[in-house]
Amino acid sequence: MKTLIAFCTTLPLILMTTVGQPSAAVASDAMEIIQKSQAAFFEAGQDLKARIKMTLMTREGQQRLRELTMLRKNFPAGEQKYFLYFHSPADVSGTIFMVYKYPVKDDDRWLFIPALNLVQRVAARDSRSSFVGSDFSYEDVSGRDVEADIHQVLRTEALGSRQTVVIESVPTREADYAKKVSWIDQVTFLPLKEEYYDVQGALYKVFTADEIRDVQGLPTATKRTMTNVKTGHKTDVVLDAVAYNVGLGDEIFTERALRRPPEKWLK
Amino acid sequence: MLRLVIFLASVVLWVHSSRSLSHASDVSAENLSIHGFLQANYDMRVTGQQPSNPQGGDLLFGEERFQLRLGYSKEKFRLFTRTDLFYDHVDNRPGFESREAYAEGTVGSSDLRAGRQILIWGVGDYLFINDIFAKDWGAFFSGRPVEYLRVPQNAAKLDWGTTAVSAEIVAIPFFQEDKLPSRSSFVQFDPFSGVARTTQQPAMEFQNTELAARFYGTTWGFDTALYLYRGFFRMPALQPNSMTAPTLVTETFPRLAVYGASTRGNALGGVVSAEVGFYDSLNDQAGHNPAIPNSSFRYLAGYQQQPWEDFTVGLQYYGELMFHYDAYRATLPSGFPSQDQHRQLMTLRLTQLFWNQTLRVGLFAFYSPTDQDYYLIPEVRYSISDNLWVSATGNVFGGRRTTTFFGQFGANDNLAVTVRYEF
Repeated sequence: MKTLIAFCTTLPLILMTTVGQPSAAVASDAMEIIQKSQAAFFEAGQDLKARIKMTLMTREGQQRLRELTMLRKNFPAGEQKYFLYFHSPADVSGTIFMVYKYPVKDDDRWLFIPALNLVQRVAARDSRSSFVGSDFSYEDVSGRDVEADIHQVLRTEALGSRQTVVIESVPTREADYAKKVSWIDQVTFLPLKEEYYDVQGALYKVFTADEIRDVQGLPTATKRTMTNVKTGHKTDVVLDAVAYNVGLGDEIFTERALRRPPEKWLK
Repeated sequence: MLRLVIFLASVVLWVHSSRSLSHASDVSAENLSIHGFLQANYDMRVTGQQPSNPQGGDLLFGEERFQLRLGYSKEKFRLFTRTDLFYDHVDNRPGFESREAYAEGTVGSSDLRAGRQILIWGVGDYLFINDIFAKDWGAFFSGRPVEYLRVPQNAAKLDWGTTAVSAEIVAIPFFQEDKLPSRSSFVQFDPFSGVARTTQQPAMEFQNTELAARFYGTTWGFDTALYLYRGFFRMPALQPNSMTAPTLVTETFPRLAVYGASTRGNALGGVVSAEVGFYDSLNDQAGHNPAIPNSSFRYLAGYQQQPWEDFTVGLQYYGELMFHYDAYRATLPSGFPSQDQHRQLMTLRLTQLFWNQTLRVGLFAFYSPTDQDYYLIPEVRYSISDNLWVSATGNVFGGRRTTTFFGQFGANDNLAVTVRYEF
């Protein structure tokens, strides 16, 4: 039985009960905390299999659904491979995104379109591209090079029942934000909340981890929301059937598997 | 017509209800997939010009179509069918088309797929060198959804792979020619205008089985492939019974071998691609027969980049270098338009997405500096909901002469609208 560790919704400031100044030790560790956070959020386990439901909502309440299976495997030197198979909606059913993610250089990215039986290479700028029309960018889905930003601890504070370190990240390389502020859980290192600011310094995107579950001893954000404050568009993500260390083979992450997806892992 | 609509609506309802039922049945829902669409697609010529005795007047294409995709898999065995039922308003008759119907089995690291299937190779974007499989240019030029550019082939495909190298070997025993825009619908150039025609396809014999192989893998981030093909040209070669006063023209499909390679990967801030192929015209390697295409070397280079969010630019340069050009010129009958020795073609693709990627505005453009002709395909597509989309596509042709590949279709500029409900 998975344990529910915490349940946080978008928290009003009123709930932030304790606000403290960062100690010198914590401040110098900003980079280390971000690294641990990325590891906990994007790299937990040797591999991962999860069923993901995305709900895209306009301000007016119109909804669109995306349901996919995510297979992810970690490789040496921080390299990762992703295989994302779309179950719905009907017009993208069977579509596959495959990503080879590298710590520094550009990702290799493939798209398989089943109606055309066509494998394409995709040119996309991580930082700016929306993932399948959602409020999440590719980077939000698979992580950003930690060295592409300068990180600084602002303070420590409680967010709901969790103690967090608040870190400000300012990009030195291309990004879709001018500043990001992250509330990182001091125990699990998962980001519980992130605020994205544009070049005018205005808040435009807010991420919240709404449910954290313990899966095989690994804290996992199983409900997440990204809200575009400017447009009112919002994307809810729910991770179901999360399993770590399932033994994904390297053959899953090949061009051949795009044309003939590994059904065993997609159920 | 009303009966057909009621029938199709009931099939859609049945599919929806049976999908939920299948969870409770003996057949596991995960192993059975049912999808499809209902679609209306109409395409009108807008130039006011028509061929003599046009079949559909200015209606180049018009139909309502129902597609059912059924998939079943169990362990190492898989069945898949993609079947279309439609009502054609140009011919004024209903029709049936099997787009795919195959069985597939896995043994070790090999898959064998036998039956009707759609095959796609190469790295070109609407430019094909090592993709020697059949195309339907009539469908493409009349604004049909792009999947109908592909003509299904009855074939057997062996697919073998490791994590480093994979191979596909295809045997095609049944010859399928390219489908060109019909003379009764499209105004086009005909060097033998008014002369009776007949078609002579390669006989269905064992030695005429087409063989194609592709060896591929990803190395240092580059998808690299080698290709081999032995078969036939799919575009007809015109063979008149007399060069001076022909009374009959036979469309033939001379023997062809293609040896090629391609690669594609991240570079220069985008995706670069390159492909080459040597077309060996086996029936006329010396190039003396004007009724058989000469051997040629074909190449393309492409670059794709995303300059800003949801905007993609793709560029390609393509060339065909004809061998034995002197022999070609010497034997070309007088009065026939001659092809350049080095025919070149450029393409540009622009795509911008709006409104959380629900609205797509795009342009694909072909331009040939040697033929001095062009073909533009502007497109707007909007996803009204997850299941329903609507699109409008233009096809604009032109050029300095009416004898070149795109220039000949200058009188056929057309506008297509498509509405599709997917389930």
